[in-house]
Amino acid sequence: MKIAIASGKGGTGKTTLSLNLARAYRKPIQLLDCDVEEPNIHLFLRNTLEAESERSVELLVPNIDPDRCQRCGECARFCQFQALVTLPQETLFFPELCHGCGGCWRVCPHDAITEVARPIGTVRTSQQGAIRLIEGRLNIGETMTPMVIDAVMAEARPDLPMILDAPPGVSCPVVATLTQADYAILVTEPTPFGLNDLKLAVELVREIALPFGVVINRHGMGDQRVESWCEEEKIEILAKIPNDRKVAEAYSRGEVLVDQFPHYDALLSRLFESVVARINSRTQIEQQGGGQ
Amino acid sequence: MKNSKIEEWVVISGKGGTGKTSITASLASLAAEQCASQPRSILADCDVDAADLHLLLSPEVKERHLFVSGHEAIIDEERCTGCGICEEYCRFNAVDRLENGKYRVNLLACEGCGVCVRFCPVQAIRFEPCECGEWYLSETRYGAMVHARLKAGAENSGRLVSQVRREAKELAEKQGADLIIVDGPPGIGCPVIATLTGATRVLIVTEPTLSGAHDLLRVLELTRHFSIPATVCVNKWDINPDQTAKIERAAEEAGATLAGRVSYDSAVVEAQVAGKSIVEVESRAAEELKQIWTTLTE
Repeated sequence: MKIAIASGKGGTGKTTLSLNLARAYRKPIQLLDCDVEEPNIHLFLRNTLEAESERSVELLVPNIDPDRCQRCGECARFCQFQALVTLPQETLFFPELCHGCGGCWRVCPHDAITEVARPIGTVRTSQQGAIRLIEGRLNIGETMTPMVIDAVMAEARPDLPMILDAPPGVSCPVVATLTQADYAILVTEPTPFGLNDLKLAVELVREIALPFGVVINRHGMGDQRVESWCEEEKIEILAKIPNDRKVAEAYSRGEVLVDQFPHYDALLSRLFESVVARINSRTQIEQQGGGQ
Repeated sequence: MKNSKIEEWVVISGKGGTGKTSITASLASLAAEQCASQPRSILADCDVDAADLHLLLSPEVKERHLFVSGHEAIIDEERCTGCGICEEYCRFNAVDRLENGKYRVNLLACEGCGVCVRFCPVQAIRFEPCECGEWYLSETRYGAMVHARLKAGAENSGRLVSQVRREAKELAEKQGADLIIVDGPPGIGCPVIATLTGATRVLIVTEPTLSGAHDLLRVLELTRHFSIPATVCVNKWDINPDQTAKIERAAEEAGATLAGRVSYDSAVVEAQVAGKSIVEVESRAAEELKQIWTTLTE
């Protein structure tokens, strides 16, 4: 079972929900921090995490042998990302632009290119109670976010359920997170920005045919338009979490909400159960040959 | 007459949801007020992934352009012989084997590198230019605005960001404006880097939380990497005054200056709901933002 927590808009409460859902679950579960540009989950588990392992995420990039290179320009012409430039005396390579596609070493007619591994980030795995945290972290200045997210996914054990904390937005990093999921919880806030970005997120999950539901966080502030739109679109609102300054303050101190506020523990356990029920009933429908 | 120096102020955050867009709109409003008789600032929304600035500025679109960038590989199933070289060579897991033994490219995963296109032994793969969004030139009550919309799930956000910035620079030159104010995306990856490179100065909007502090340090490392002067503003500062002080100290230690603080004020969301910038209505946050503007323009 793989539940992704996404949003469109940043700061709606994805990480808070991911972490607290995992805690409320109580049984062994994996928590994947796929917001590899700014991974935050570890901040809330800082005192109790036992490190398991860390590995480097590497991209295979070209290494040009200047003695063999004839400056024919084949590699530079082939490269779609402007990572190679052929000058009269040498061929220049710009590592931060390279996507690691392997095309240049394949097309070089003079065997002048070999491939070398270049680190672009890390994946750290640790355990805290029943939670196995797998965190991806992109190195600063790097651009290949989806590759680090893929590395986080590759580290997950197939036999345990998982919650995937997605990055904000709706472009390729979010796609990399969602493509593995069975279900997406879209977290929004009842404001014009929240609604605007929710519509984009819904467009994406519908395009990839991923079942989803919405959680409205900070309910009570802003206005009613998010709720009305969800009703019009027949989108399920799984929960409405009330706006509460005390929650904001606890979050600011890095506290785990279900530890501080018992009513959240109950609310999130129920939310988790209802999502699991939806995943299971959909699986049943598919197995019985039915569908929508 | 061409301006010798057009300043470009970029508003970023690292962490999402700290208030970049709300604050950018206020800066735009204050800049317009100040430059009443001169060419006004140009506004640019580089959060092409999930753009929100238009909700406060109500732009009147004057020009709409299709954004074509990069390519997608498309396999002609009839010509495909099922040899599997495309799947073997693809570094992005973007090629799937179908039940009939032939292959199909998953367009959401395809990076447009061209390897499968080049090496398919029967040339069964087309390399199609990718229509991945739109960009717009608009007019707002604060000045001309360049903004964009990336197709959901698309790659090439960095390229669309670069397009927006190019257009904003061109507009600034044409109109004789000397300031471009840019609303940036969250994170520190490709679209943020495309927003930052060559900017005159960066305003980082952060929040007084452990997450905000962690993300701020990463963003500051990025601005140092690009040698762009950074100034930090703590939004919703009174949620945690201790953390605010810690963040301000850490920011200064990292070489940034401080722009000021904005309180957690319900007026911020009320303004958003009304489609206005914070400084258009009187409030504590509005006063604090005016003070920040003064600090920035000193």
